[in-house]
Amino acid sequence: MTIIDKTADIPAPRSGGPDDARLLEVRDLHVEFHTRDGVAKAVNGVNYSVDSGETLAVLGESGSGKSVTAQAIMGILDMPPGKIPQGQILYRGQDMLTMSNEERRKIRGQKIAMIFQDALSSLNPVLSVGYQLGEMFRVHQGLSRKQAKLKAIELMERVKIPAAKQRVGDYPHQFSGGMRQRIMIAMALALEPDLIIADEPTTALDVTVQAQVMDLLKELQTEFNMGLILITHDLGVVADVADKIAVMYAGRIVETAPVHELYKRPAHPYTRGLLDSIPRLDQKGQELYAIKGLPPNLLKIPSGCAFNPRCPKAEDICRTEIPALVPVSEQDGSELPGRGSACHFWKETIHG
Amino acid sequence: MAELDKTDGSMDATPNVTEVVSVGAVDETAAVAAIEAPVERGEPILQVRNLVKHFPLSQGILFKRQVGAVKAVDGVSFDLYQGETLGIVGESGCGKSTVARLLMALETATSGEVFYKGQDITRLSGRALKAVRRNIQMVFQDPYTSLNPRMTVGDIIGEPFDIHPEVAPKGDRRAKVQELLDVVGLNPEYINRYPHQFSGGQRQRIGIARGLALNPEIIICDEPVSALDVSVQAQVINLMEKLQDEFNLSYVFIAHDLSIVRHISDRVGVMYLGKMAEIGTDAEIYDHPTHPYTQALLSAVPVPDPEARERGERIILAGDVPSPANPPSGCRFRTRCWKAQDKCSTEMPLLAVPERFKGSDSPAAHESACHFAEEKDIVGAAS
Repeated sequence: MTIIDKTADIPAPRSGGPDDARLLEVRDLHVEFHTRDGVAKAVNGVNYSVDSGETLAVLGESGSGKSVTAQAIMGILDMPPGKIPQGQILYRGQDMLTMSNEERRKIRGQKIAMIFQDALSSLNPVLSVGYQLGEMFRVHQGLSRKQAKLKAIELMERVKIPAAKQRVGDYPHQFSGGMRQRIMIAMALALEPDLIIADEPTTALDVTVQAQVMDLLKELQTEFNMGLILITHDLGVVADVADKIAVMYAGRIVETAPVHELYKRPAHPYTRGLLDSIPRLDQKGQELYAIKGLPPNLLKIPSGCAFNPRCPKAEDICRTEIPALVPVSEQDGSELPGRGSACHFWKETIHG
Repeated sequence: MAELDKTDGSMDATPNVTEVVSVGAVDETAAVAAIEAPVERGEPILQVRNLVKHFPLSQGILFKRQVGAVKAVDGVSFDLYQGETLGIVGESGCGKSTVARLLMALETATSGEVFYKGQDITRLSGRALKAVRRNIQMVFQDPYTSLNPRMTVGDIIGEPFDIHPEVAPKGDRRAKVQELLDVVGLNPEYINRYPHQFSGGQRQRIGIARGLALNPEIIICDEPVSALDVSVQAQVINLMEKLQDEFNLSYVFIAHDLSIVRHISDRVGVMYLGKMAEIGTDAEIYDHPTHPYTQALLSAVPVPDPEARERGERIILAGDVPSPANPPSGCRFRTRCWKAQDKCSTEMPLLAVPERFKGSDSPAAHESACHFAEEKDIVGAAS
């Protein structure tokens, strides 16, 4: 493996920066996959942004495009079959999609790191965890093997793996699920990035271990003042850690809101449906609310609003016109900062 | 399982085999009669007593010797009443799926009994076991791997009729399968399609239809919705509740999603490392847990309400579940418990109503396997 960047340039100041550009901003991102059966439009115009120290939760079902967006940000999308026909991904104001591979590599891992869902299949089974953790330092900072190993031990201690010194030479299968996920977190943290993308970091874990891992992630985020994009489908986890939420459906963001607002007053029928389908105590013995139908096939997304075949409020306009993500306001017209809804009838949904 | 039952079928066809075991046949007929007798609503239909399953760990290639055992299930007792839903929760590796397999007689128990209408199914064989298996069916976790991709939906749902032809005579099987498809909310015209043509939720409906095919009395659901999308989970849960009322089914509902278990269950059992830690009605377990493990488990569940972040105490357990091959002495939870004392490492707490709550009619008076059982204020799941 080559050393990418021996003379690493001095890291940019952690917050703010010379220009007041956002830490990360995704603008009108489109991703499509060309398959034998046609073009699958996985992401259709996504906009979101994250600042330092902020947690953005991207909520959605499988196939909603939440992971594909993350992969596009990291630049690990398989291209082909994937293709980004339009859009921008700005890291501190620079468009990463127009950068050279060399420049991008300097950002990936060092500035933006990713935590994957399934730690067992994301770690290399034939290399010790110490080697895999140290690789970051060897490649990006040109440290020697010995130094890298010391750094690896330090990292393992930071994510609270007991007896780190003895376990640095162990292989991934020798760790439990929770410990493996900690190693994934350690790996993402290695170079103290500004932004971490966590793709379903706790889905494969038990609840008690999930609580440990989410706690650790939160603690480290505060310590390093990192931005965090948390991708999940668990409404509980989101309520616990997120600052703001973007709800995705069929490759579009259908609603954005600060966390407290979203749970209190959803402004999109899909979000409302998701919240209503959580079993609640007073509904015991009654039928659960269920969103009818199935998530759409990405090869043939319904015309108009993609949610219209499943929506209880759908009318003719929903079948013909794609609703834009518009700012949501209070009934008297006063603004609700950070809120947006892509529904023709958001007023009725939030106030009705 | 299918093969096993087929050999049973051929045994019936050759009379000389049944003659050889003629003494046993009388018992068997009595057992079958007992199994086919109906059970009143609210009566126990399944009684599990001290069920144990140890999987041997062996070493050596030529000369295998046993070096230990994974104590997957280690003394579990509970009752399932006719028409109720018993939820079983616990972390992965606590033995809940092994319990399910033992109830289905897919696994032979190391010791202990499972009484189905008074008949111990761990000791049954032949005709009687076949009769039991007709009445206890299972819905599996992963609808992507539990359906044979080379069989059509009609063949999958109709396969149980090959083994139990008395349920549906050859002629009207197709009609019966279509009726089942209709019952679970699928278009009966889909009978000739293959599993890959369906979505996850639809496949789980096919799995449920297969479970219903033989008109069973008990359905054991091993994580039936955890592989499904959130918006589809509610649909499947609603279907299962509807079917329970329609066909008077009893469910053993195994899951790790505590809020769904609370919604569907009448009683809930909490398992930890092969043992039942606490069991009671849903309100007793969720609102008045007395076992520290249940308290920790409930408080670890993220509540879908951002206001909950600020209130209530959250218990975060240290470490992982110990290996079931070498469980801690005494109380199995003591290595992660904040209340553990010397007594916990020497004396195994029994599953019983705790001394201090005995005779009181407070909801905390339910069975809990802890020496120091007491109530504690926590942020509750699904409240």
